[in-house]
Amino acid sequence: MPINYYIFLSICLFSIGIIGVLTRRNAIIIFMCIELMLNAVNLLLVAFSRMHHAAAYAVDNASLVGAEAQIFVFFIMVVAAAEVTVGLAIIVMLYRNIHSVDINFLNRLKH
Amino acid sequence: MNAIIISAVWGVLMMYSGFLFKSNRNINLLSILGVLILIGVTFHEFASGMPLLLIDTKGMLFHSNFGLVFLLIILVSTLIYFILSGKDIQLAGKSSSDLYALIFFILSGIAVVAGFRSLLMLFIGIEIVSIPLYVLAGSDKSNLKSNEAALKYFLMGSFSTGLMLMGIALIYGDVGSFYLDAFSTGFGVLTPLKAAGLLLILASMSFKVSAAPFHFWTPDVYDGSPSVFTSFMATIVKSVAFFAFLTLFDFGFGKMHDQWKTIVAIITAFTLIIGNITAVFQQSVKRMLAYSSIAQAGFMMLAIFAINTFAKQGMLLYFAGYSFATLGIFAVLTKMKDHSIDAFNGLAKSQPIIALSVLISLLSLAGIPLTAGFFAKYYMLLAVIREGNMMWLVILAVLCAAVSVYYYFRVIQAMYFKASASETALEFDPNFKWVMLMNAILIIVLGIHPDLILNLI
Repeated sequence: MPINYYIFLSICLFSIGIIGVLTRRNAIIIFMCIELMLNAVNLLLVAFSRMHHAAAYAVDNASLVGAEAQIFVFFIMVVAAAEVTVGLAIIVMLYRNIHSVDINFLNRLKH
Repeated sequence: MNAIIISAVWGVLMMYSGFLFKSNRNINLLSILGVLILIGVTFHEFASGMPLLLIDTKGMLFHSNFGLVFLLIILVSTLIYFILSGKDIQLAGKSSSDLYALIFFILSGIAVVAGFRSLLMLFIGIEIVSIPLYVLAGSDKSNLKSNEAALKYFLMGSFSTGLMLMGIALIYGDVGSFYLDAFSTGFGVLTPLKAAGLLLILASMSFKVSAAPFHFWTPDVYDGSPSVFTSFMATIVKSVAFFAFLTLFDFGFGKMHDQWKTIVAIITAFTLIIGNITAVFQQSVKRMLAYSSIAQAGFMMLAIFAINTFAKQGMLLYFAGYSFATLGIFAVLTKMKDHSIDAFNGLAKSQPIIALSVLISLLSLAGIPLTAGFFAKYYMLLAVIREGNMMWLVILAVLCAAVSVYYYFRVIQAMYFKASASETALEFDPNFKWVMLMNAILIIVLGIHPDLILNLI
């Protein structure tokens, strides 16, 4: 399958994530949209890794080109997990105080 | 390079120090000891050119002299921060040991950023810096403002991380490597994938350094977080983001300088105008300093625009001058209950030493000669002039610096020419006074001998 399809798919997922972050008002849903953005990146990295590997494999079949992108994906997963831990804790802390996760309530700092 | 490991280990040690020591004073002393060890190790690496423990990172991390001097400046700022604001960190949370541990984890991330040569390390470093900061921003758990600041910072921070990752993925697709050296091959031809990646990374780095039009989260987050941590965010973390920005655009995209420099010039101009004009209208000193940090970010963006030797040297001087001055003002601000400008009324009468130190810090931020801020701004402008063709940017920057004098001098006027309304004078620890004075002297020494830093690289 050509690489273009993967690029289009992950750009679509990424755009859905961005639009969600910009339009939704629920903190949890915004958070899910950010995760969607990160997963779009993961998909794209794996696709590119395969593409570069295939090109290098044709020349030298012991080549390791492309492995670093897949390792990068694992790092993104780990960091995303750490972000989830902190982010959900912040949302729970907010929920305890205002009993809502709607970010429209967050206007106390605007003067 | 060893600073990465030592600060991570020391963070774990700080975490358990709450069990070992009952008194907060000992915890503070332990943290100062930690920073001193980090300074010693980094200085050894700088002086001898070899880390104590050489680790093979396959070229992903390389601490050049530039990076090491940057790390030293950051560590000295952290030392000043711990000495000045140690008491306030204890007041900010139930157990100060956790907060110190988080700060040491941030330092570990900073050490990664100081030497990254691969986009993987850039991403890891920036995330290690950001994630503990979200916690610090929300450390005042029952205060709604702090909650709000933490949530906004978190959402904006992870959103910009998403943008950066997409940029990295697109560039990887084009280049086939994460190493910064690999980008410069191909004679700087900007392919569509590279261009899209470059723009996404530029947007996300502008988010991190709060450059306009991506600055809107900054005033709210800085205002809402506990003042001690605002001071850390506005100085040390901002410098780190700028260092990452500079390294990436110097080593990674330096060959494509002509293609992106116009966009950076526009961002710089917007940041300077918006930061300075909005700061004029602020009534609270804390919020004014938040906008002033945007305005100073505009000045630091000049270095990103110009990327040359003057820009790099001036950037280090700017980090030092800006961090020392802002840390000093915030340390005093944190001790005040009221953050409005009126709270500074009559400070010169009741606390002459503190008022003098704050005066010098404010003068340095405004860029008055004989302070570090003057030469920092001078080098930024010199770098842009050497780059040529962009005189309008220089003139705009000078005009904006003139505007900034107005809002900094409002605080000076309140301290020296207005009488205090309240009867109860603020009380300060004598040690605190002397450290503040030392900080001010450091600013003046750097203003007279900027070559102390400039000659290091």
